Amino acid sequence: MRRLTPYLLALPSWMWLAIFLVVPMVAMASVSLQTGNAIDGFAMTFSFSNYGDALSRYSPQLLRSLLYGGLATVAMLIIGYPVAYWIAFRGGHRKSVYLFLLLLPFFVSFVLRTISWNFLLSDNGILFGTLKGWGLLPADFHVLATTFAVVGGLTYNFLPFMILPIYVALERVDPRVVEAAQDLYATRTAAFRRVVLPLSLPGVFAGVLMTFVPATADPINAQILGGTANTMIGNIIQTEYLTNLDYPTASALSFTLMAVLLVGIFIYARALGTENVLEAAAR
Amino acid sequence: MSAAGLALAACGVQGQKAAPPKADAVEDFWSKQTKHGKVVFANWPEYMPEDKGPLEKFKQDTGISYEYKEVIQENAEFFGKADPVLRAGQSLGYDIVVMTNGVQLQHMIDLGYIVPLDHSKLPNFQANAGQKYKERAYDPGNKYTVPYTSGVTGIAYNTNYVKEDITSIQSLFDPKYKGRVGMMADAQEIGNFGMFALGIDPEKSAEADWQKAGEKLKAQRDAGIVRKYYDQSYIDAVSKGDVWLCMAWSGDVFQRQLAGEPVKFVVPEEGGTIWTDNMLIPKGAANPVDALMLMDYLYQPTVAAELDEFIQYVTPIPAVQDLLREKAKTATGEKKKSLEEMVESPLMFPSEADYAKLRNYVKLTTQQEQVYNPIFQSITQA
Repeated sequence: MRRLTPYLLALPSWMWLAIFLVVPMVAMASVSLQTGNAIDGFAMTFSFSNYGDALSRYSPQLLRSLLYGGLATVAMLIIGYPVAYWIAFRGGHRKSVYLFLLLLPFFVSFVLRTISWNFLLSDNGILFGTLKGWGLLPADFHVLATTFAVVGGLTYNFLPFMILPIYVALERVDPRVVEAAQDLYATRTAAFRRVVLPLSLPGVFAGVLMTFVPATADPINAQILGGTANTMIGNIIQTEYLTNLDYPTASALSFTLMAVLLVGIFIYARALGTENVLEAAAR
Repeated sequence: MSAAGLALAACGVQGQKAAPPKADAVEDFWSKQTKHGKVVFANWPEYMPEDKGPLEKFKQDTGISYEYKEVIQENAEFFGKADPVLRAGQSLGYDIVVMTNGVQLQHMIDLGYIVPLDHSKLPNFQANAGQKYKERAYDPGNKYTVPYTSGVTGIAYNTNYVKEDITSIQSLFDPKYKGRVGMMADAQEIGNFGMFALGIDPEKSAEADWQKAGEKLKAQRDAGIVRKYYDQSYIDAVSKGDVWLCMAWSGDVFQRQLAGEPVKFVVPEEGGTIWTDNMLIPKGAANPVDALMLMDYLYQPTVAAELDEFIQYVTPIPAVQDLLREKAKTATGEKKKSLEEMVESPLMFPSEADYAKLRNYVKLTTQQEQVYNPIFQSITQA
């Protein structure tokens, strides 16, 4: 009995995974191979060409999503790492206050926050309208309906998911290790590069995963902040599913996106050396 | 592998094409229903005065409490969300839903998602609805729906930036307004405008026409004239000046005008689309009797007049025009002026000649839809 206990304790989580992950995945895989329409019903025909058709129609949007997701992730890393570093090493006893301030805007719903940006960045709104009034910006200057707006929106919306894991990793770095490096004649740059940075890599790894995946699949930012050439794969899946009721195409695209992301993550994990990362975390 | 294949094959999506319900089954259904004292109304934004006047009156007169939810922004999206729920035989949680005549409403009827109405409980509708609104091709005999309101799709423009009078649909294709034109993302709406621009009547259009309209709209996009393809959010964009001219729904623009915003609405000389938003009771609604009572209540001319004075769309109740005319006589100042304008507006009370200029949506079969949608979506979602 005692030997079974761990398995029994793990049972609820296995059930959870089975019901809410495996079953929907199987259903989606099934639908992605069917043909038909929503009125007469769909039938299983093992139509693997659904994938080819979907990809040939929508590969530009898929590639664009990966590009936007990648750009946003890099931007988040550049912005997020210093913030996490500063809070972890210079935050003092107000650390939790800073973290709270960081999270405060995220108590408002995702869509509302994005709509607020739309409002704020409006061509003649409180920001640009004022600047244009002072003659600091040309009259036809605009940010909305551009790639910059979409990538900026993604960066803003997922930033905490980059900062928090890096913060957690940095917070665990023992200051004495850094002192030791300096005692061994490391410059401040060298101490950061050879000691702090490697120790924070598990956080960076987790941060990149937690931001790149949702940012790539996100439809909201493109819809609210984008223009005519910013459609992402999430928007396409939404249209195929909700407007066209073309469940097979929507499922095939979802699976393709998932596969592309998984392969990407695998290559990334290999390149960064997950084992080293995990070892560093274990110490 | 074969076991996996079987498992996969087992999870098909069932077709639900339903035979129309028999008359005695409908009668039987209604005879079992009772009043519950509450009703949940799902509608579009900007479709009810802010003080909910008509609904409050309904509550006072009947003792039925209401929940009013502005949850419908687009027919396609709403139907897409409702379909799996209704398909599974569950309730949407709404007793009245408002949908535009078009592909999705047709789906609702074909799939048996709508409770047929009991016309013995709709005396006001019988007495007060205009003849045109009792003879609609998409729902003969008002079996499933009664109109909430009609409206016209035309062009809205921001008078702070557009210094000419817009009269033609070609202004939407004018390079002068590069990056300042908004079009609608809805395939039917934008398709119609592409066809109007080419002098094609959408009601009589076929695949070759859609292709031509598609090319016209693609050229418009590729020239950088279009800033964005909008859903309901277009009205904020044009009144803030993010776009200067935009495809628009009549009443939205009149409401903004009333609020003092610098927007104007025009039906282009090439043509505009008329559509009707319809109230219906979705299958599985918890309070069908209360829903029917509210539908009928809204067909009282005084209630309809109050509603229409705010939403400024085309009311299905002709008597409203006289009521507003009476009201204009006793009103003063600004109020009098705006009421007089409403009464005379061909976009709120179109004459027969006005109606003749307006076109309906093209009616599509499921197969045609699979051709039509990609043509225009490849433009709006490039």
